[in-house]
Amino acid sequence: MTISAERPTHEDVGTPRTPASRAPWTQRPGWLSQHLGTAIVVGFLGYLFGHWLGNAIASNYTYIANDGQNTVADTLGLLFMVVGFLGGIGALNYPLAKIVGRTANEDEETPVEGWSKYFRYTLDHKVVGIQYIVGVLLFMFTGGLLAMAVRSELLSPTTHLFSPDTYIKIVSEHGTVMMMMATSIIVGPLGNYLVPLMIGSRRMAFPRIEAFSFWVFIAGYMVIFSALPLGGFPTGWTGYAPLQTQAGPGMIGYLLGFAVIGLGMMAAGFNIAVTIVNYRAPGMTWSRLPIFVWSILATAALLTLATPVLFAGGLFGLLDKTAQTAFYVSEHGGSSYLWQNLFWFFGHPEVYIMALPGFGIVGELVPVFARKPLFAYKIAAAGMIGVALLSFFVWQHHLFQSGIDPDMRPLFMLTTELISIPTGFIFLVGMGTLYRAKIRFEVPMLFCMAVFFNFLIGGVTGVFLSDVPVNVTVHGGFFVLSHFHYTIMGGLLFAFMAGLYYWLPKMTGRMMNRKIGMVHFWTMFVFFNLTFFPMFIIGLLGQPRRVFTYAKNLQGLNDFSSISAFLLGLSFLIFFANLMWSMFIKPEKAPANPWESLGLEWQTASPVPPHNFDRIPVITTDPYGYGEAAAPAPAYVAASADPTSTSSQT
Amino acid sequence: MAENSSQKNGDLRRITIIWLIVTVVGEVLFWTLVAKHVPPGRMTETAASSQSTFNILMGFAMPVLFGVWVFMAYAGRVWSDKRNPNPAMGGAMARNHRATSVAWITITSVVVLFLAVIGTIGLIHDHGSGGGEGPNPIYSPAGATQAEAAALAGTATWSPGSNKVLPVQVIAQQWKFTYRYPTFGGFETSQLMLPADTTIAFNVTSLDVIHSFWAYQLGVKADANPQVNNVAFTETKSPGNFMVRCSELCGIWHGAMFNSGKVVSQSAFMSWAQGTESANTANTADLPAFAWTYVPDANGAAGGYYLDGKVTPYSTSEQYGAKQPAS
Repeated sequence: MTISAERPTHEDVGTPRTPASRAPWTQRPGWLSQHLGTAIVVGFLGYLFGHWLGNAIASNYTYIANDGQNTVADTLGLLFMVVGFLGGIGALNYPLAKIVGRTANEDEETPVEGWSKYFRYTLDHKVVGIQYIVGVLLFMFTGGLLAMAVRSELLSPTTHLFSPDTYIKIVSEHGTVMMMMATSIIVGPLGNYLVPLMIGSRRMAFPRIEAFSFWVFIAGYMVIFSALPLGGFPTGWTGYAPLQTQAGPGMIGYLLGFAVIGLGMMAAGFNIAVTIVNYRAPGMTWSRLPIFVWSILATAALLTLATPVLFAGGLFGLLDKTAQTAFYVSEHGGSSYLWQNLFWFFGHPEVYIMALPGFGIVGELVPVFARKPLFAYKIAAAGMIGVALLSFFVWQHHLFQSGIDPDMRPLFMLTTELISIPTGFIFLVGMGTLYRAKIRFEVPMLFCMAVFFNFLIGGVTGVFLSDVPVNVTVHGGFFVLSHFHYTIMGGLLFAFMAGLYYWLPKMTGRMMNRKIGMVHFWTMFVFFNLTFFPMFIIGLLGQPRRVFTYAKNLQGLNDFSSISAFLLGLSFLIFFANLMWSMFIKPEKAPANPWESLGLEWQTASPVPPHNFDRIPVITTDPYGYGEAAAPAPAYVAASADPTSTSSQT
Repeated sequence: MAENSSQKNGDLRRITIIWLIVTVVGEVLFWTLVAKHVPPGRMTETAASSQSTFNILMGFAMPVLFGVWVFMAYAGRVWSDKRNPNPAMGGAMARNHRATSVAWITITSVVVLFLAVIGTIGLIHDHGSGGGEGPNPIYSPAGATQAEAAALAGTATWSPGSNKVLPVQVIAQQWKFTYRYPTFGGFETSQLMLPADTTIAFNVTSLDVIHSFWAYQLGVKADANPQVNNVAFTETKSPGNFMVRCSELCGIWHGAMFNSGKVVSQSAFMSWAQGTESANTANTADLPAFAWTYVPDANGAAGGYYLDGKVTPYSTSEQYGAKQPAS
């Protein structure tokens, strides 16, 4: 096949250097240099410093006189904790050196052998991808434990396990953690790991910003969780404003956490978008781009454009709480509607930040297991772009009953229903690909089928919610709660699982166990539906969201849902057991291309060499030519023609 | 090729037949057994509209749901690796089939636009469908504007058979609902009583954080915002009981913020209202003058988080609770 035209600018990164033994020990590779441990220590010191500073400059500035709670100190403490954490991990070495005009020490670019690299600030997108997997799983399991607590309280129609105070804090923390996890769950791990491999690049466009986005994500996790020791917050993940202004210091963890994670989302978004636009291999035209990359591109655009609104909204709230500004205080000239608008102007595109990567994974995997080309490729790409564009024009459907700008309700009802047209494209593409295929029901394929099943329910109930007369009944109740769990958990999380089962062999060289995987899939699928489907009925029967008491006649349905939820939790333990078993306890070596995929990411060597491709591949076709005579052999890449060559010249 | 196309037609025919059977069975079961029990019932015009629209949407949703599910089930059964002896379909048709794509997009677009039209008709025809319409509702029932203006001026009247709109104010605060009746001297009560066969204008406001007034069986939901009068209309029909819940998270005791209300006959309502008005005269005198919104007193209803104890100088609203003794 064709051999690459080399682009020398891609060359430098990842070229092994001689170990920098002359460098100061803080910058030496391995356990002696900066890593997660130093980051935590410096972050803690930063917290102490910030807290002291806040008390020094604003000691009388408390919400309730003499209560000893200084909001400024709490805010600055967390802020300096983030700065200290980033400094401690080494994220600031390079920019600071550049700012003061020194030659930056670039040893972080040196590939490191062994485990220590996963705990360090590293520029290899493959390491960042693995770090993200661990990060999002950490988010997911903590959020999941909180969900178990919520369902335990709802076993009884009266308060019985937690006080109302504790309960509302658990609910709020669950929602916030899960939403922030979900914004990154596919873009972070799979997007960072796979995009360069799929477009034939040796690196991301901005590797430092990529690493920064991950470590800021972890810092944001710590900030959001700091809300609990600070006393929690009672607002749910939506944080509506007068309640937000009224809430205690735990609210700072929420507001600053959004701002910090928002920073990471913006960084990840534009890094990925720039990479996809500029770092495609020769021949990787827009019509040959894998559909997963299309979905990540649309998501990256949303991350870049929508997240600044959340970032600003969070900072306004922080200023209201610390500097006594009045962005959201209507008595003082602000407006509580401002928060609702800012939040949902971000919040609705965010919903599609969560949905699109799931569509991408499904579109990518279904052809592999159907052994057929992707049906209507261009419609799939158009659907993703259409969803991304329309998502900016629907946010006021969250405010249908709020009393704001009611004249626009017909318009927002229309735009909201219109968005189901491009979403429907995904189903056309999926069903068209399944048509007269030869489907291999491996674990990832089952998860993909479940995405279609679940997301269909989520999408159709979304049409109910968009309709104002029905919205009056279903808004703010368990119906909408069930709806978005069907789209986010039933769509995104199932797609993430499909992606993990599918790509972990590539990432780690080890197969996930198929039998345990089957048990995991069926328990997760069945109990997911048994948990959330009754909630549609519970909601229609009049149970509002976020309540600890409910009508006694709803106990049967609630208990059914709770017990299913515990079993759903169990299915995640099965997944975790499978992960441990297949990766560490009894690893089984994966074949080079276990699914017989034509995807470019499977054509490079396994494990992937530090700079991905010995020679930059030249792309001649899209990766969906299953069963086509004209299709390229799996190795349509000029694969490692010369394995010793690290910088091939033609 | 001939074999292929006949086989293809066979597949499509079988899928269509199964889909038709399942859909017809589903629709018949839904419309005969479920439809008339769909919440929130038909206690008011808006509730009935909510229920009818839900049922129409359900009628459209079922063919879509069953279509995809039947197709997926068929694919899993017939086109699985183990059962399908033929190779997967190839050729240009596997990559795109223009007629199918165009049909799909056309059908989804038409359905979606049709549903948007149905929803809009419901919204306008039922005067906001029981949803909060803000301080200046554009979809008002006849007579509502006059009744509201009269209520604020203190000149509103209502009597059985007068066929007038009855304004009722809903005041939400952490964590209870109270109701004021401007037509009857502006007395305040925690009991929501409504006359049957009457158009009600709920004027929903809050004294502290955002709540949401959800009169479930009435099909009414309107957010209660501080300093905002959020108006929602409904037309009651027969007498009955209904439940009121707060459906916007408003703090720790959000889950316990509920009470109930009653729709009674017009004459029963009249005697209740007049009786309560006279029994509450002393209390009503201590209340702030009737207004659409109230600013919380720093010592009073829901204040306490502004240290200076003063209320903002630039609001024309009445101070709620200002006549209560300072704590």
